[in-house]
Amino acid sequence: MKKNSYKLGPDSDGNFGLFGGRYVAETLMPLIIELERAYSDALIDQVFRNEIKQFSKDYIGRESPLYFAERLTNYLEGAKIYFKRDELNHTGSHKINNCIGQILLAKRMKKNRIIAETGAGQHGVAVATVCARFGFECVIYMGKKDIERQKSNVFKIKLLGGKIVPVESGNGTLKDAMNEALRDWVSNVENTYYLIGTAAGPHPYPAMVRDFQSIIGEEAKRQILDKENVLPDALVACIGGGSNALGLFYPFLDDDVDMYGVEAAGLGLDGNEHAASLSKGTPGVLHGNRTYLLQDTDGQIREGHSISAGLDYPGIGPEHSWLSDQGRVNYVSSTDDEALNAFEICSKYEGIIPALEPSHALAFVFKLAKTMKKDQIIIVNLCGRGDKDIETVADYLGVEV
Amino acid sequence: MATRISRTFDELKSNSQTGLITYLTAGFPNQDLCLDIINELSESGSDLIEIGMPFSDPMAEGPIIQQSSKIALDNGHTMELIFDLIKKFRTKNSQTPIILMGYYNPIYQYGNENFIKKCLDYGVDGLIVVDLPPEHDSELCDLTIDIDLDFIRLATPTTDQKRLNIVLNKSSGFLYYVSIMGITGTKEPNLDILKEQVIKLKKVTDIPIAVGFGIKRSDQAQKISEFSDAIVIGSSLIEKIMENYQNNKEDLVLSEVSKYIKSLKAVI
Repeated sequence: MKKNSYKLGPDSDGNFGLFGGRYVAETLMPLIIELERAYSDALIDQVFRNEIKQFSKDYIGRESPLYFAERLTNYLEGAKIYFKRDELNHTGSHKINNCIGQILLAKRMKKNRIIAETGAGQHGVAVATVCARFGFECVIYMGKKDIERQKSNVFKIKLLGGKIVPVESGNGTLKDAMNEALRDWVSNVENTYYLIGTAAGPHPYPAMVRDFQSIIGEEAKRQILDKENVLPDALVACIGGGSNALGLFYPFLDDDVDMYGVEAAGLGLDGNEHAASLSKGTPGVLHGNRTYLLQDTDGQIREGHSISAGLDYPGIGPEHSWLSDQGRVNYVSSTDDEALNAFEICSKYEGIIPALEPSHALAFVFKLAKTMKKDQIIIVNLCGRGDKDIETVADYLGVEV
Repeated sequence: MATRISRTFDELKSNSQTGLITYLTAGFPNQDLCLDIINELSESGSDLIEIGMPFSDPMAEGPIIQQSSKIALDNGHTMELIFDLIKKFRTKNSQTPIILMGYYNPIYQYGNENFIKKCLDYGVDGLIVVDLPPEHDSELCDLTIDIDLDFIRLATPTTDQKRLNIVLNKSSGFLYYVSIMGITGTKEPNLDILKEQVIKLKKVTDIPIAVGFGIKRSDQAQKISEFSDAIVIGSSLIEKIMENYQNNKEDLVLSEVSKYIKSLKAVI
C-alpha cells in the first residue's frame, strides 16, 4: 500500500478518522471481536478466497458487464456514459456480492441462524437466497411501510424460505428494521450471525462490506481499460448506506478519477423530507458507528424520506463520512422527481429499467454529462433493476398496473 | 472517593441488606408525574434510582421501555428537562443516588464535557451508557476518573474472563450484571446459572454487583437478593405505571408504585 493513500482505513479500532468505531452493547462486544478475528483469518485463507471467486462466477454470474449506454450518451450530448451492470447479478442487485462473502464467513464461524435488515428488500432477497443455498435459518426484519411498498420482494423472501418480521416501531423503515435486528442479535447471540447489508454498523462491518463489494470497482477498472485504454473521468453511484458506491469507488480512490456519491434529496433539501445525511446531517452515533446523521439538536434521530426505500436511511457508512470530510468524494443529491424522470428516460433510451436507487445516480449523471467533453468518460453503477419498483412508479404516475 | 453510590452500598452492607434500584424513563408518563414518581420511589424504599434518558433508537430496550421513551419524546422531552427534573428532586432529597442511563448520541450532541459538568452541578452520581464499551473510554469514561461521578458498566452472560478484566478496569460505583442474553423486560433469567455467574464475579471484584434485565416478580427478587448486592427493576415498574396512566387512573399511579416497591423491598 502507498504511504499517502485513501485506502489505509480503518485503523485497528475500526476508525476512519473521527468516524466508525464499535458503539454497541457489552453483550455484543465479544462476538464483534470474534467476528473481526474470523474475518481477518478468512481474508488470508486461500480456500475462502477461492470459494468466493467460484460462487461469484457460477452463482452470481460475475463479472457483470460494463456497457456503453450509447443512446443515452447521444441524448445527453456530453461525456460517454458507461453502466456497470450489477443489476444483472443473480437476485437483481449488487447486494448478493456481500451476502456470498458473509454467508461463507458465517459458515466458518458455525453460526446457522442468519438475521438481516432490509429496506427496499434487495438485501433481504439476497440474504434469503444465500440462506436457501446454504440451508441456514433466515429471519429478515423489514419496516411495515417498506413491506407495503416492496410487495414483490416480500413475496420472494418468503418463497426462498425466509421469515419476515414486520417492524412497526418508529417510522417502519430501514432504521427501525436495523434496531430490531440488533435487538434480535443481542437476544440470540450464540447461534446467530447478523448479515448487515450496507457498509455501516460496528467495526468490522463497514470495512468487510466494502471489501466484498470492491469487486464492482475492480472489474470496472479492468473493463474500462480494455475498452477505452484510459481510466474514467468520473464515477457516479447512489448512496443509502453506501455499499454500492464504496464498491465502485474504493479501487479507484488513489487514481485521478472524480467521484460523486448521490444521496436522496426526497422532496427537496430545504425541509426534512429527504435522506441526505452528508449534505444535511451532523456527526453522531447510531447503529454501532459514528457517522453523519439526520438528527435534531438533542441527538434524536430524524426519519428520512425518499421515494426509494433503499435510500431511506438517516445515516451513511462511516467511510463515506470520512471521504466527504477529506474532500476525496463529492456528495450531491437527486430529488424524488429527478430520479423518476431518470427512471423513465433510462427505460426508454436504453431498454433497461433501473431500480429507483440507481435512478438517483442517473439523474445526477444527466446533469454532470452535459458539463463534460464528449471524449470524457463517466461510469455509473447500475446497482439494481427496477422490477421491484414498478408499483411505486405506477402509483406516482397515476397509472393502474 | 466516597460517592453517594458507594456510601449507599456501604450502608446496605452494614445492615446486611440487598439494595433496590429502580429505573424510570425521564419525562414518562409526563414531566410532572415523573417527578412525583421519583419522589415516591425513594420514599417507598428504592435505594438508588436510575433515570433513563429517552432516545429515538433504544437498541437494548424491550417494547415497554421503548414505548415509555417514545411517550417522553412525543411529549417534547429534552436533555435540559432531565436536568430540570433532577434539580427539583434534589431540592427535597440529597441522599438517594441518581444514575443517568441511556445511549451515547444524546450525550455526544449535548457535548461530553458540558454534560459531565452539568451532572456534577445537578447532583447526578453515576452514568450508564449502554452503547459505549471500554474501547471508547477516551470519549467519556476518562473524563469521570477523578471526579464524584461513577462510570457504571454492564457485564453480561457473554462476558468471559478476559473481557471481564477490560470491563472492570475503570468501572466504579457498582457492576451492572445483565442477567439474560437479550433486551430489557423480555426473558426471565435461569436463577441457578445466574447465581453461579454472580458468585464468579464476586471472586474477581470487590465492587458491588447489581443484577438487572428480566426481574419482575418478588419471588425472583427474593432469590436473586440472596447472592447479589442489589437488584434492578425497570420494565415491570414502567408497565405498572403505564397500565394505570392509560386507563385514566392517574390518581392511582403513585399508590400502585408505592405498593409495588414496598412489596419488593420487603422480600429482598
